[in-house]
Amino acid sequence: MVDLKVKIHDLTLKNPVMLASGTCGFAEEINDFYDVSALGGIFLKGTTLHNRDGNMYPRMAETASGMLNAVGLQNKGVDNFIQNIYPHIKEFDTALIVNVNGSTVKEYIEVTEKINELDKIPAIELNISCPNVKEGGMAFGITLKGARLVTREVRRVYNKTLIVKLSPNVTDIAEIAKTVEGEGADSVSLVNTFLGMAINAETRKPVLSTITGGLSGPAIKPVALRMVWQVYNAVSIPVIGIGGIMNTADAIEFIVAGASAVQVGTGNFKDPFIPVRIIEGISDYLGRHGFQTVRELTGSLHL
Amino acid sequence: MAKKYVDDFVVVEKRSLNTTNFLIKLKSSKLLPDIHAGQFVNISVNNCNEVFLRRPFSVFEADYSESNISIIVKILGRGSRKLTQINEGDLLNLIYPLGKGFTRPVAGEKILLAGGGSGVAPMLFLAKESGLPSENVNIVIGARTLEDHIDVEEYAKYGKIYYTTEDGSKGFSGLITGHPLISENLSGYDKIYTCGPTPMMKAVAKKAREAGIFCEVSLENMMACGFGVCLCCIEPTVKGNLCVCTEGPVFNINDLKW
Repeated sequence: MVDLKVKIHDLTLKNPVMLASGTCGFAEEINDFYDVSALGGIFLKGTTLHNRDGNMYPRMAETASGMLNAVGLQNKGVDNFIQNIYPHIKEFDTALIVNVNGSTVKEYIEVTEKINELDKIPAIELNISCPNVKEGGMAFGITLKGARLVTREVRRVYNKTLIVKLSPNVTDIAEIAKTVEGEGADSVSLVNTFLGMAINAETRKPVLSTITGGLSGPAIKPVALRMVWQVYNAVSIPVIGIGGIMNTADAIEFIVAGASAVQVGTGNFKDPFIPVRIIEGISDYLGRHGFQTVRELTGSLHL
Repeated sequence: MAKKYVDDFVVVEKRSLNTTNFLIKLKSSKLLPDIHAGQFVNISVNNCNEVFLRRPFSVFEADYSESNISIIVKILGRGSRKLTQINEGDLLNLIYPLGKGFTRPVAGEKILLAGGGSGVAPMLFLAKESGLPSENVNIVIGARTLEDHIDVEEYAKYGKIYYTTEDGSKGFSGLITGHPLISENLSGYDKIYTCGPTPMMKAVAKKAREAGIFCEVSLENMMACGFGVCLCCIEPTVKGNLCVCTEGPVFNINDLKW
């Protein structure tokens, strides 16, 4: 029996397979398919201080091996989460992690302070990488100054595990990762979506109401993998790999590149059972390759 | 929330219905859960990187004794075109059952069903499921031409069927919304249901609203997941932006900003 447990700072996960924010709702939707206690963790839908209606329809464009989205953080706000969602999900036996967003540093802080009060939320993922909002989001994550500021201020008010979700829309993602590590981030998760665009050739109009949107799915996997490897080599905090993971081999590649754990995102839309199959697949892989623990696999790239 | 499934189904029948629509009958090795008219399945289109996401289809028929689900596929874009290439015996992976179906009429009610194009599928399912005597059910089916109509005569036992074509080659000549059953007095109906192109549904909804009659429509917004997590298929409603896949696809017209 191989050991699948991994640690992200103070947070122990039963296995390294988690669901990415924005692709699994608030966990209940996935629990309609299978018992979510099988999972290492679930990153809940991005949450803001106030209700957000999100962007106008259309918000989605299919691409070769992926999709663009421009949802724009539609959610009912943190108070609604605490009153109407948290009570239903808090007993799920998996790490429930809130994805925290804001238009301003103050909003990030206020959401974090409210989430800090919840016993069954052991970590937050600070989203400084959403490309689909006019204010905040990626604007913080694409400059060293912005990333430093939000991480520093949120760290001051949060004493549980702080994961910072990074944007790939930067020149040097390793610099951003080092900066948030320096401000006290316990882990980094990467990558969020790549800023992209789709045009209807017949009408010469943009497909998305927002013109641009975030690209995800297998189309981005090689770039995400490269970034995880670069960040792993630049920081000493655990790295969580995200980007087009569809099967066990994809997940193994991210772990070998340096990820301590992974998130399945857009793959859930194609088949919600992908993460369950990956958990079984990782066990099988470790057995076949003579590893006792999945932790030994992290960063084990042969050069 | 309701349990949902992801399973492979065997294609047991694939049949061209007319110039633009074909029928696929799919068999599961398991017992089917309850499926209601208006609900849909989300189908993975095999072996095609250009068609990354699943494609949603309203259920046309659910046969519990045979564990069969039938859908009508209208050839619209690359996903549906790729589906035309499947063969009997192939496997298709379905996520099902998805969405909320139509509000079932109650005994004694009189209903009008208006279906355009492949939108006839859930209308015929509803006619069958309604349990009403056929004289209480009027079904108006619209298509562009005679060739675009699907043979639905076996459904005549569930309701009286009226045809419309834009060129007058079968039944009433003109748009479905011009048919006297829809354009004239609607006050004899307790409930009106419609599925088809959005302009058609909007026109039906307008008539129903003017007459003050209960009316449900089935929306077709583009979706990625089909089970309420991606938030891509939203429709602006009086209750805010709602996911068509989970809060619909069937909506009461009073909830829509039409």
